[in-house]
Amino acid sequence: MSRFNRFTLTGLVMLALLIIAPVVIAQTDWSGGLPLLTRIVIYALAVVSLDLIIGYGALVSFGHAMFFSLGGYVVAVLLHHTNMGDTIFGWEGTNSALLLWPLALLACALLGLVVGYLALKTRGVQFIMITLAFAQMVYFVLVSLQYYGGDDGLMMDMRNTMPSIQLDDPWAFYYLALTLLVVWVLFCRLIVNSRFGLVFQALRQSERRAVNLGVNPLPFRLTAFVISAVGTGLAGILWANYAEFVTPDMATWAKSGEFLAIVTLGGLGTLLGPIAGAAVFIGLEQILTIWTEHWMIVMGPMLVLIALFGQQGMLGRYLKGGRHD
Amino acid sequence: MILFIEQLLNGLQYGAFLFLLASGLTLVFGIMGVINLTHGTFYMIGAYCGALTVALTGSFFMGLLAAMAGAGLYGLLVESAVVRWLYNRDHLYQVLATLGLILFTNEAVTLIVGRAPIFMNIPDFLSGSVTLFPGLAYPLMRLALIVVGLAVALFLWLLVNHTRFGMLVRAGADDRQMVDALGVNMRWLYMSVFGLGAVLCGLAGVMAAPLLAVEIAMGERILITTFVVIVIGGVGSIRGALVGAMLVGMVDSLGRAYVPQILTALLPYSVADTLAAGLVSASIYVLMAFVLLVRPYGLFPARS
Repeated sequence: MSRFNRFTLTGLVMLALLIIAPVVIAQTDWSGGLPLLTRIVIYALAVVSLDLIIGYGALVSFGHAMFFSLGGYVVAVLLHHTNMGDTIFGWEGTNSALLLWPLALLACALLGLVVGYLALKTRGVQFIMITLAFAQMVYFVLVSLQYYGGDDGLMMDMRNTMPSIQLDDPWAFYYLALTLLVVWVLFCRLIVNSRFGLVFQALRQSERRAVNLGVNPLPFRLTAFVISAVGTGLAGILWANYAEFVTPDMATWAKSGEFLAIVTLGGLGTLLGPIAGAAVFIGLEQILTIWTEHWMIVMGPMLVLIALFGQQGMLGRYLKGGRHD
Repeated sequence: MILFIEQLLNGLQYGAFLFLLASGLTLVFGIMGVINLTHGTFYMIGAYCGALTVALTGSFFMGLLAAMAGAGLYGLLVESAVVRWLYNRDHLYQVLATLGLILFTNEAVTLIVGRAPIFMNIPDFLSGSVTLFPGLAYPLMRLALIVVGLAVALFLWLLVNHTRFGMLVRAGADDRQMVDALGVNMRWLYMSVFGLGAVLCGLAGVMAAPLLAVEIAMGERILITTFVVIVIGGVGSIRGALVGAMLVGMVDSLGRAYVPQILTALLPYSVADTLAAGLVSASIYVLMAFVLLVRPYGLFPARS
């Protein structure tokens, strides 16, 4: 079976599972099922975006939590002002998702542009450290925002509103998140198979060769980085609406590390693998937290094992189908 | 003027402290090509071992020994159990594995010692302050940290430039495979460098313990600052680590002292207060961004 078919097949199976799962869970009396699935889908959105630059461009960002938190904070802060009846630079504010979400995504794109421009001057280990440092900077800024709760974070009084979709309804919210995930995966798939995506991948395989063929690396890498930032920001927006709460914790480096772990667990450079990774990782986290408060003592060694033995990830071998690169 | 000099000394002290951590991290990266996040954990282990030993025996020197031994042994354990298998792998896997080790160690320390921070008294012979010149009394403990930092810098300079071990370290940083092919026992070299880095972390931990609370999160907080230091200085270069540490130390301490003053003079208090807090914590990252714009591979890049 060709790789294309494997991708389509795996994608359809996953989609079917994610559509049916809430219905099945609703038959049981497990109330935590739908929230768990919602978290998985939101995380999936973030890690698919991260996979776009790590798996296809070898740009290991250790700071993607900054986009996750920024997306959430922009939505929460604007909502906060609207509810307080303040004006924001003379604008009375709104609670409409159709306006707030694109604004938040724009903020993420801008941050991605600045951070990406600076970080992409380097490669390899410096890139890892610099993205981490910028994420940490965002974290400290969020903690210092006393007006928006500082360390304690900011509650959202309500979710955003959208015409004809009730975001307050957990079912509607889940299927909306799932729809966004599907659209995003298809979009990423389109990108990696486009001319742009092929050049981007060529830069990973041999930068020198690509440059000698006349490619200027920065625009390609920067564009991919910004796209990835926007996707992660969207996940942050959904998270803020899901939890109705944003805290600086969304920007911690442990969060960035979690994203990296999920991508690796699922399989680098497969787009679909990370979704499976998210399901396993979040599911495991749920089980471990029920079992013990000190679940990190299990999760830590798990990460070590993933790093030592998880070269291809869960779905890497199958989805890449013996492709070597 | 007095305030300015005091801030300079604070910057020097913070810089010396950062250098203790950054030198090991940059050596490990320069020679082994490994990005090691557990470096902050060694520092935490050192601080805990030191503080607990001092509480038990009352002797600062016992604490010093315990901190360096504890951090060093844990370093060797981490190297042989995990890091050794990741030398030739992508940095991504090194990040993941060492992140996992951090989470594990943090939780294990919480289980053993508890969540409450431990405080360590300043040893008698380092308590009090000295009058450097009329009007400026500076705490002895902080001066001791500066002296230790400078002594370690001198020691590392001698070690790297004037011993056979240092020669191998420099050669390893230049061309790993060639050194290996010439029959040098690389496993032993790697272990020593990794262990040395961990011992220096332990030293930093026990020296810092009396100045701040010994707690779980102390390792991560300092690790990221250490990263900033070696990115500014140039990854893999000890000289870079020294210069980077001093720069970061100065910017941080001068920023803390003067940014709020300047901002309150320019802006209404409520705005200035929030903005200053954010700016001060972000100042070293801004410094890093500037350095990167001019010198993408740091001030003293180890390899061209």
